[in-house]
Amino acid sequence: MMLDRIMERHRETLILLRRNRKIKAGASILAVILAIAVIGPYTTEYGPLEYTGAIGEPPSSRHPLGTNTFGYDLYSQVVYGLRSSILIGLLGGILATAIGVLIGFISGYFGGIIDELLMMLTNIFLVIPTLALLIIIAAYIEHRGILIESVIIGLTSWPWTARAVRANTLSLRNREFVYLARMSGMPTRSIILREIAPNMLSYIIMVFILQFGGAILYAVSLDFIGLGPTKGISLGVILQQAVLWNAVQLGMWWWAIPPGLLIALLLTSLYVINTGLDEVLNPRLRRQG
Amino acid sequence: MVAQALLEVRNLVKVFKSGMMGREIVAVDRVSFNIEEGEILSLLGESGSGKTTIARMILRLLKPTSGDILYKGRNIWKLKGRELIEYYRQVQGVFQDPYSSFNPIHKVDRPLLQALKNLQGIEGSEALKIIRETLRKVGLNPDEVLGKYPHQLSGGQLQRVSIARALLVNPKLLVVDEPVSMLDASTRIDVLNIFADLRDNEGVSILMIGHDISLSYYISDRIIILYKGSIMEEGETDAVLGSPLHPYTKMLIESIPRIEEKWGRKSRIRLDVDQKPTAMSGCKFLDRCPHAFNMCTRKPNLIRKDNRKIACWLYKNNYNQDIA
Ligand SMILES: Nc1ncnc2c1ncn2[C@@H]1O[C@H](COP(=O)(O)OP(=O)(O)O)[C@@H](O)[C@H]1O
Ligand SMILES: [Mg+2]
Repeated sequence: MMLDRIMERHRETLILLRRNRKIKAGASILAVILAIAVIGPYTTEYGPLEYTGAIGEPPSSRHPLGTNTFGYDLYSQVVYGLRSSILIGLLGGILATAIGVLIGFISGYFGGIIDELLMMLTNIFLVIPTLALLIIIAAYIEHRGILIESVIIGLTSWPWTARAVRANTLSLRNREFVYLARMSGMPTRSIILREIAPNMLSYIIMVFILQFGGAILYAVSLDFIGLGPTKGISLGVILQQAVLWNAVQLGMWWWAIPPGLLIALLLTSLYVINTGLDEVLNPRLRRQG
Repeated sequence: MVAQALLEVRNLVKVFKSGMMGREIVAVDRVSFNIEEGEILSLLGESGSGKTTIARMILRLLKPTSGDILYKGRNIWKLKGRELIEYYRQVQGVFQDPYSSFNPIHKVDRPLLQALKNLQGIEGSEALKIIRETLRKVGLNPDEVLGKYPHQLSGGQLQRVSIARALLVNPKLLVVDEPVSMLDASTRIDVLNIFADLRDNEGVSILMIGHDISLSYYISDRIIILYKGSIMEEGETDAVLGSPLHPYTKMLIESIPRIEEKWGRKSRIRLDVDQKPTAMSGCKFLDRCPHAFNMCTRKPNLIRKDNRKIACWLYKNNYNQDIA
């Protein structure tokens, strides 16, 4: 596997990555949140949209995060909601990264008319008012699940990645070691796969983390303005309902604070991890650039 | 009729389009010259004068806008497949920046092994034997560099590995783009001597690009003075640098304190004025030339004059006049 070989060659970098404080802190928080998302739903007897009989109750041993106006158990809502929010983030993030990397790489490597056409497409996607587009899509699709939501997010957030990856490819392509590979008679395919692509790996990982966090935030804002999933639950949907039903004004802090806090923690941990990665990976890139 | 030159550059032009507005930069403007067998030809010019662009076109890494490059009489852009491999077996290059000449994720062995494998079909222990020999030839201890990553070696070591890579296939022509400009002053002369030895012992032709007059004076047989993408003066090194004719060449040489002192800190001069290539129709040197007159608003051709070629209206037939 190519990845193994890269890992092998990057032992020094891996040690630095493991030693970086920001990465350590961010990854620990992220691990805890992921664990809650995976295990959480197995630790509750209520479904997220199941009437429990207790209405608007503060946290208790029976309902660790209380219940809301509709009698739903908030602990269940939060753990299920976290799970789908992360799922949306992953799917949307993977989709946006994949499209962006593909378009950006082809554009940057092959240049010419292909580049011009792809960048025109990218610029069109950049200036289309996404929200207006989403409202139209939402109006056509009546029953939206989290899958549709993440596809919509993925299809609208790739353009900046495409542009960044294009710039990255362009600069790598014109590095002297690529010229030397050509003069050493290496076939184009192995120049792309063995000389250029591995150099982009760390960059793509960082782009993905940003897209992952971006998709989560994007989904929360969609949920918040009522364009989220029509069935099912997510952290954004919990927050939307809390605001809609005046949870804070009614003193039901347990309805709004836990989901809000989780979103904030999740995004912060991703941001901190990315800053750490940047610290470890970039001085090397800069020195060699 | 003289024998065919090893490499012939004919009316080479490279225009870069930059930005969305399609602004055009004429980096190389109708350049013609030959490289003969077994000579070191220096291409000398300030930064931005188009030297690297010319090198990349000769190395077939960049397509010219127009003009031809003939290697042994054959147009290099018509070469395909095996012929292209054969071209790179005979023509190799070394670049200015040793750090970006190596892929940070691979050991430095890789480009060496690749060159031998793809160009010569040599692999395994035989390849290793040739690699070790060649590394010694460029003054390296193979055990100190093989198996290392680029960031574990110094700039001087990397540049020598890069030279070794080019030499592995015993090329007939080497194009070296400012090979010592990023090295310490102390190692420059050693690296330059590698090239002098190659010419003297193996008859390799070398196109040596530089912006340092005294380095070119030290090493080259012939010299070409480039200014804003056009050749100003061309001839034997002693003639061009010893008795320059072109006002630009004179200006360059006057800015050196003592050229007789072949090597020394004082006699080295960097040409630091960054040129902006222009597409104007007259002589490119017009705005800086102390001898400019009305003819100079038209572009002078490169003409033969005594023992050299020169592009200056002062030396054109009846317009000749004394400028001493
Ligand atoms: N890929 C490129 N795109 C646009 N302009 C370029 C490109 N490469 C070189 N140039 C321009 O062409 C001119 C000559 O550059 P170059 O050949 O690198 O000069 P030198 O090697 O003599 O310093 C410069 O003005 C430079 O900015
Ligand atoms: Mg240059």
